[in-house]
Amino acid sequence: MELQTTIYLVVGLSFALYIGIAIWARAGSTSEFYAAGGSVHPVTNGMATAADWMSAASFISMAGLISSMGYGGALFLMGWTGGYVLLAMLLAPYLRKFGKFTVPQFIGDRFYSKSASTVAVLCLLTASITYIIGQMTGVGVAFSRFLGVSSDTGIYVGMAIVFAYAVFGGMKGITYTQVAQYIVLILAYTIPAIFISLQLTGNPLPQLGLGGTYSGSDVSLLQKLDQVVTDLGFGQYTTTTAGSTLNMFMYTLSLMIGTAGLPHVIMRFFTVPRVKDARSSAGWALVFIALLYTTAPAVAAMAKLNLHGTVNTAVTSGGDLYAPEASLRYEERPDWMKRWEQTGLLKFEDKNGDGRIQYYNDKTANADAKAKASAAGWNGNELTVNPDIIVLANPEIALLPNWVIALVAAGGLAAALSTAAGLLMAISAAVSHDLVKGVFAPGISEKGELLTGKIAMAVAIVISGWLGLNPPGFAAGTVALAFGIAASSLFPAIMMGIFSTKMNKEGAIVGMLAGLFVTLFYVFAHKGLFFVKGTEYVDLIGGPNSFFGITPEAFGAVGALVNFVVAFAVDKVTKEPPVHIQAMVEAVRIPRGAKAIDGAH
Amino acid sequence: MQHDSAGYWKATLSLLFKVLVIWFLVSFGAGILFADLLNGIHLGGYPLGFWFAQQGSIYVFIALIFWYAKKMGDLDREFDVHED
Repeated sequence: MELQTTIYLVVGLSFALYIGIAIWARAGSTSEFYAAGGSVHPVTNGMATAADWMSAASFISMAGLISSMGYGGALFLMGWTGGYVLLAMLLAPYLRKFGKFTVPQFIGDRFYSKSASTVAVLCLLTASITYIIGQMTGVGVAFSRFLGVSSDTGIYVGMAIVFAYAVFGGMKGITYTQVAQYIVLILAYTIPAIFISLQLTGNPLPQLGLGGTYSGSDVSLLQKLDQVVTDLGFGQYTTTTAGSTLNMFMYTLSLMIGTAGLPHVIMRFFTVPRVKDARSSAGWALVFIALLYTTAPAVAAMAKLNLHGTVNTAVTSGGDLYAPEASLRYEERPDWMKRWEQTGLLKFEDKNGDGRIQYYNDKTANADAKAKASAAGWNGNELTVNPDIIVLANPEIALLPNWVIALVAAGGLAAALSTAAGLLMAISAAVSHDLVKGVFAPGISEKGELLTGKIAMAVAIVISGWLGLNPPGFAAGTVALAFGIAASSLFPAIMMGIFSTKMNKEGAIVGMLAGLFVTLFYVFAHKGLFFVKGTEYVDLIGGPNSFFGITPEAFGAVGALVNFVVAFAVDKVTKEPPVHIQAMVEAVRIPRGAKAIDGAH
Repeated sequence: MQHDSAGYWKATLSLLFKVLVIWFLVSFGAGILFADLLNGIHLGGYPLGFWFAQQGSIYVFIALIFWYAKKMGDLDREFDVHED
């Protein structure tokens, strides 16, 4: 069967499966729509959380970025898993005991103030919409390849499908659909990795293959890769950090605390039956996430080696990389390159007019590589590969069978859709439940509330899709910004709400606003006001990354620190929270007496 | 409240602290701050610092959560604050 037909077939079957499940588990009441009635088993919940969590950023974008960053890419791996330790210990069990189903509800009740919950809604919307922009970028990549169109058209198609999909079911439909999506996406991710690991190292487990010996040689795979990339003028794969050590540290920290502060992930832990289950649920989620996250570094390194091997025959033969006949003749390029050229995400420009593809780092500081390149008549790098295509193109690069390529396409779409749906659910709950019902129109009917939620989803999709056309970065980079925003605004407020009985509403509100404001100020300086291209004001803050070389993606950790400091300072000079609130915090710390969640209060 | 809630909270915080120390050491310690140093040691084909950053820390995180969940279960029973 032809490749394109196989892709349509596999993707179509996977969609039929999700829609079937959504119909079967259609939500009735509002409480079912958002929180599945508090009746989901920890393992099921863990799997659904994993699907919810592993978005287009994890599935499509992350390994590609690790591939281009090398060792420094570990910040995504550690950041997006380490946060679960914080979530399991610091937040999940207590929020479950608290017994509300949205984050603004918790903040509003704990800080006895509607303003606090409104500020929380603002933080939540900023973080979630930024997150969806990143998803839309990923969705665009997936659909562009899947339909053979430009990535912009891919985004339009994606917007329509995400909307139909999120409006259709509720959380309950989504919980079981997400279990199915997890299974599709994990198979799609690991099967090609196993094939490739076998090809390159003879070891079927990618986690071991990455540390294995490169087939047909006596050096390790990583040594081989290090040698190839340094010869071509790139930084050494196993040691190149992301910016500076400080930046990598802050970036990782930012992703970790952002993980623990993201509303759509936290919401998941309201749906388990007991406090005990909230603790282990985070562990199960991480097990399922780790299956992909420990495979990703292998995918990254192996795809990089395969890509270099495709355009330069000397990589596999071990000869001179700069020999004229080693570079691939453009006319003889493999089909997958032609397919990706259509999307505009892979480009070739014959700078020295020899009809061959030279792929190297032309801005290298390595004098040896520079000399070799100019001696060979290389006139600049000729191949541009968008890192976001690496995972989807990976099985094609390795020349794997068509059904594997089709499976990866289905997995990428599953990842993007499941997360977008989860985020839209959080947005819809925040707007309809916390803002409209909680603040503006307490008397709204259940039907009116559901409708408001759906309108909120539609607006969110249009805004993020539009911004996704000119994204502030690669999918995973944009998503990292969302984590920074959650880290700087929501995480500190929730944590102080549990761990300090004395934190009052003034402290929490000013803290959240301060954290959110400094982070957005720094991010918008680099990425444009509200991510609109052309409104950057980076000179105003003294040039890019002017704060100790910290990139905007890593700034969330600084914002969180500001949030804590400001909150405690304001708390000191304003009056203590009422006695019944302090007693409530004491009660939240004790598991006994947890009741089923109560959203309607 | 008839339970020793202050004692329970103190025990909880001390467990939290232990978990956080390990959490920090494997990721920020071995994976970032001391990665260069550890890279001198090899684990199969992996330089050790690189392994901690891209593999090892994740395995330790999983073990930490389950260990924490188990320990908390023990604490809940010890202080008689467990559910049902």
